[in-house]
Amino acid sequence: MKDPKKPYTLTAHQISNLIREKKISISALLDSLLKRIDDVDKRVKGFVSVDKKSLKERAKDLESEPKSVGKLYGIPVTIKDNICVEGEPTTCGSKILAGFRPPYNATVVERLRGEGALLLGKANMDEFAFGSSCETSCYGPTHNPWDLDRIPGGSSGGSAATVAADETICALGSDTGGSIRQPAALCGVVGFKPTYGRVSRYGLIAFASSLDQIGPLTKDVRDSALLLNVIAGFDPKDSTSAEIDVPDYTTFLSKDLKGLRIGIPKEYFVKGVDKEVNEAVWKSIKKMKNLGATYEEISLPHTKYAVATYYIVAPAEASSNLERFDGVQYGYRSPEKDKTDSTPPLLRMYNSTRRDGFGAEAKRRIILGTYSLSSGYYDAYYLKAQKVRTRIKEDFDRVFKDYDCIVTPTSPTPAFKLGERLDDPLNMYLSDIFTISANLAGIPAISIPCGFTSKGLPIGLQIIGKPFEEATLLRAAYAYEQSTEWHLMKPEIKRG
Amino acid sequence: MKYDIVIGLEVHLQLNTKTKIFCGCSTTFGNSPNSQTCPVCLGFPGVLPVFNKGVLDLSLRSALALGCTVSKFIKFDRKNYFYPDLPKNFQISQYDLPLAKDGLLEIDVEDGSRKRIRIRRVHMEEDAGKLVHEKEASLVDFNRCGTPLLEIVSEPDINSPEEAYRYLTALKEILRYLEVSDCNMEEGSLRCDANISLKPKGSEELGTKAEVKNVNSFKAVRGALSYEVQRQEELLSNSERVVQETRLWDPDKEVTVSMRSKEEAHDYRYFPEPDLVPFVITDKTIQEVRSALPELPQAKRARFIKEIGLSEYDAGVITSEKEMADYFEGCIKLYDKPKVVANWLMGDFTAALKEKGLESISQCEMDPADFIGMLKMIDDGSISGKMAKSILAEAIQEGKAPKDLVSAKGLTQISDKPQLEDLVGKAMEENGEVVEEYRRGKKGAIAYLVGQVMQKTKGKANPKLVNEILRKKLEG
Amino acid sequence: MGIIKKKDVLYVASLARIKLADGQIEGFTGQLDSILDYIKQLDEVDTESVQPTSHVLPMVNVFRKDDVKPSLPQEKVLENAPGKEGYFFKVPKVIDGAEK
Repeated sequence: MKDPKKPYTLTAHQISNLIREKKISISALLDSLLKRIDDVDKRVKGFVSVDKKSLKERAKDLESEPKSVGKLYGIPVTIKDNICVEGEPTTCGSKILAGFRPPYNATVVERLRGEGALLLGKANMDEFAFGSSCETSCYGPTHNPWDLDRIPGGSSGGSAATVAADETICALGSDTGGSIRQPAALCGVVGFKPTYGRVSRYGLIAFASSLDQIGPLTKDVRDSALLLNVIAGFDPKDSTSAEIDVPDYTTFLSKDLKGLRIGIPKEYFVKGVDKEVNEAVWKSIKKMKNLGATYEEISLPHTKYAVATYYIVAPAEASSNLERFDGVQYGYRSPEKDKTDSTPPLLRMYNSTRRDGFGAEAKRRIILGTYSLSSGYYDAYYLKAQKVRTRIKEDFDRVFKDYDCIVTPTSPTPAFKLGERLDDPLNMYLSDIFTISANLAGIPAISIPCGFTSKGLPIGLQIIGKPFEEATLLRAAYAYEQSTEWHLMKPEIKRG
Repeated sequence: MKYDIVIGLEVHLQLNTKTKIFCGCSTTFGNSPNSQTCPVCLGFPGVLPVFNKGVLDLSLRSALALGCTVSKFIKFDRKNYFYPDLPKNFQISQYDLPLAKDGLLEIDVEDGSRKRIRIRRVHMEEDAGKLVHEKEASLVDFNRCGTPLLEIVSEPDINSPEEAYRYLTALKEILRYLEVSDCNMEEGSLRCDANISLKPKGSEELGTKAEVKNVNSFKAVRGALSYEVQRQEELLSNSERVVQETRLWDPDKEVTVSMRSKEEAHDYRYFPEPDLVPFVITDKTIQEVRSALPELPQAKRARFIKEIGLSEYDAGVITSEKEMADYFEGCIKLYDKPKVVANWLMGDFTAALKEKGLESISQCEMDPADFIGMLKMIDDGSISGKMAKSILAEAIQEGKAPKDLVSAKGLTQISDKPQLEDLVGKAMEENGEVVEEYRRGKKGAIAYLVGQVMQKTKGKANPKLVNEILRKKLEG
Repeated sequence: MGIIKKKDVLYVASLARIKLADGQIEGFTGQLDSILDYIKQLDEVDTESVQPTSHVLPMVNVFRKDDVKPSLPQEKVLENAPGKEGYFFKVPKVIDGAEK
C-alpha cells in the first residue's frame, strides 16, 4: 500500500508522516500527482482547471518555510469549482461565470492554506450543483473511474472521481441534497456532510443557502477527520455558522463500537433499492453489530416526502441566489444585438445573457423555484414545503432520543450510465432520495464504501447523526472501515 | 371641494451608522464611483451578509420615539426584482415581521389643533446603488448600495398637502433629535413617496390612488400633492377615472407626469432571507433603549413654555432643532433671562449663522459662556445693545470670542463718571447757544449735546450716563 | 397533470429574466408539470399548526459591530466587469421604469 513509487495513491495522514520523516518532498509528491493527472484525467475529466506552474511555485514556497508546518502541510486538496479561490477561475461549471476570478477566498480556502495545504485545482461539478450525475457542467461530464461509461454521481462528481482515481489526495465538495455523499458512494470513497453551520459557507457560491454545506471527500475516514479539523468552526463572515467548539476529530477514531445504538429506518429498505445495494448495507450493519453496536428498526415516516419538499425549497432559494448572474458585474454577458427585437436594451441583455449562460437544468430549477415563490403559489408550495420540512426534522429529533446514529444506503442504486437520466429530471431527482433528509434536517451524515456490485461498482453506506456530533459518525465509520478492505480497492480506470 | 383627500406617505431614511447594513464598508461616500464597495455589498457570488448591530440600535430608537410597538421576533426577507442598481437582483428587506408597527405622530394642523397620524410600520432594509444615464448606456455606482435604510409607512390619515408637509417636518424634527439620520431630502438621506387619492366627501370607500415619486424637498411634496389634488379632482368632476399608476414630479414644470411604463405586475417573491438568522428583541432591550431616548421636541416645547416661561411661538422656534434647544438650555443655565436669550437666538444669532452659511448652531465656534458673557456686558453697561449686535455678527463670522473683539477694538463703553462729566462740561462750553436754547425750554436740544459727547468719544461714551450728567448740569 | 401551463412557464421565465427558446417551452412545461405532480403528494401531510422551518439551527441575534473595514480597491471591483467606463459598471441604456 505505501508504495513510495506511487505517492499519489497515499492518504493525507500517510503523506504527513512521510513528509515529517523527510521520506518524500512536497515537490516530488506534486510531480507524481501532476503526472497521474496527465495520465488519467483525459479519461476521467474530473478537473476543470489545474495551474501547474503556480502549483510548483507554491510547493517550493512550502518547502522553503518548514517552520510554518501546519496540520495539512504539503497535502494536495482538490477544490470543487463552486468554492472561491482568489484570482483563480471559479465558475460553478457554468458558462455564465466564464472567466470569473473572485477577488476573495472562501473561508475554507483560507483555512486550508493557513494549514499548509496545496490547492491542486478546481473539480468539475453539475452546473451550480444542480444534478446527481456531474453531467450538466458546461465543461462536459466527468466519468466514473470504476466504469468510464457511467456517471460519477453529483454534484461533487469531479471531487469524488479525482479522489477515487488517485488524481488527488483528498478533496472538498459541497452537499445540498447529497452532493458529497452520493458521488462518494458511487466512486467508492468517503464523503462527509457536516452539520449545517459547522463549516463556514463564506465563499461557497450558494445553491440553496439553508441546505448547503461544505465537506471533505477522502480515501479513508481518518483523512475526513483531518480535513474537518481544519475547515470546521465559527466564522464571523457567515451569520449561520455555529459558535460551537470543534473537538480534535482524530481522537474519536477507535476500532470498536461498544454501546453504539443504531437505528435502521424501514423506509430506506424498500422496493426500488437495488438488490445488491440492499445486501451490502445489511452485511455492513451486521458487521457493526459484531463490533459492539446494537441496532433496531425505526421509522422516519416523513422520509417519503423529502424529495418533494427538497424540490420546492432548494430551487426556490436557488432561483433567488442565481438572480445575481445577469451580465452586469462579472461573468458572461450576451453580445446579442438583435435590432429587430423591440424589447428595451437592458431587458434584452438580461434575457439573452441568462438564456445563453445557463444550461437546461439550471433554467428548469430557476423556473421551478420562481414559480413556487410567485404570487398566489407561495403558501401552497414554499410555505407548505417549509412546514413539511419541520415534520421531517421532528422525525429525526424523535429517533435521536433513543439512538446515536441511523444507518441507510447512501444511494438506492450504484452508478448509472451516462445520459441515462438526463432527459428525465424526476428520475434523476429520485437518486437523492436517501441523502436529502439530512440536508432538510441540517444534520451530519457520512458515506463510506461498503462493497461492490457484481459489475464491480462501488456501494456506499450512509451513517446519519445528531447535530454537531460529527465525532460519533467518524467513530462509527472508522471502526467499520478498519474491519473491511473496501476503502483499499483501486479502480482500473477503464470502460465497464 | 366635493372630495376628501386621502394621503399616505412612505419615508425612506438613511441611518447614520459608520458602516453599511451588511458589510464593513464606510457609509461616508467618496466621490469616486465604486470606491466604497466590497464583495458583500456588490453581491459577488458566495459572499454572505452579516447584520450591523448599529442599524438595529438606531432603528429601535426611531421606532420607540414614534410610539411604535416593537416586535419581539423579527427577520429579514428577500424582495426579488431585477434592476442594475441592485447587485443581487434582490433587496434584503423585511416583509411580514417588520421591526415595529402601530406608531403615532402628532402634527399641528392649519386650524391650530393637533392631529394624530398613525404609523403603520417601520422596517429596516438595504439601499440600492445609483445609475447615471448616458446617451447610449447607463453607468452604475454601488457606493450607496447597502446603506442602511429605515422605511416608515404612515396610515392614509393625512388629508391635505399641507398636512403632508407638516407630517414630514414633525418626523424630521424627531429623527434629528434622535440623531439617527441627517434627514436631508435634497441630499437623499430622506426620501418620500406619496400615495394620494380622492373620495367623495364623507364616503367610506377609498378612491383609486396614484403614487408620486421623485420629490426632493418637503415643499416639492406639498407642491406635487397639490397638483395631484387638482388633477384628480378635475378627472373625477368630469366623470373620468383616475388610473392607478406611478407619477413623477417635474419640479421645473411643477406637474406630475405618468411614468407610462408597461410595468409588469409586481411579483416580488418575498421569502425569508436564509443567510441571516432571525432576531429576538427582549423587553429589557426595549426598556433600555426607551430610557435612553432624549427628550423629544414636543415634550421639550411644553417644558419651555411651562417651566421656563417662553411663549408658544418662541418655544416652537427654539426647539425645532435639537442643537438650538441644547444651546438655549446651555445659555439659561448661566443667565436668568430666558426671553432675552430666546430673542437673541431667534434674531441676530440665527441671522449671523445664515450669513456665515452654517446650517446648525452646533457648527458655530462660540459657546454659550462666550455668548452670555456678551449679554452681561450689555447689562453692566460696558457695551451698548447696538454694539453687541455688530460684535455678535463679527464674532460668528470670524470665529472669535465677543469679549476679545470688544477689547481688541477698544469698544468698551466709557462709563467713568468723572471722565464723562469732564467731557460734558467741555461740550457745554463749546456750545453755549445750545445750552441757552435748552434752558429757554427747547428740551430737544439735549440730543445735540449728547451727539457732541459721542463724537468726542468716537461713540464709546455710555449714552445713558451722558444723558443723565447733561440733564443734571443743564438743570442744576 | 396540467398543473402548470405554457403561459405560466412563460410568465415565470419572464420574471426570472430568461428568454426560453421556442423549442424549449413545450418540453419544459411537460417536465415541470410532472415534477409538480410529484410534489403534490405534500398535500397528504398534515401541517396544521406546524411552524415552517427556514433555518434548521435555533440561532438568533447574530450581529457585526459597526466598525469600518477596508473596501475593495476599485481596480478589483471592476476587474471582472463585462462592461465598464472609468470606475463605473456600464450596462445597456436603462429606459426608466420599463425594466423595473
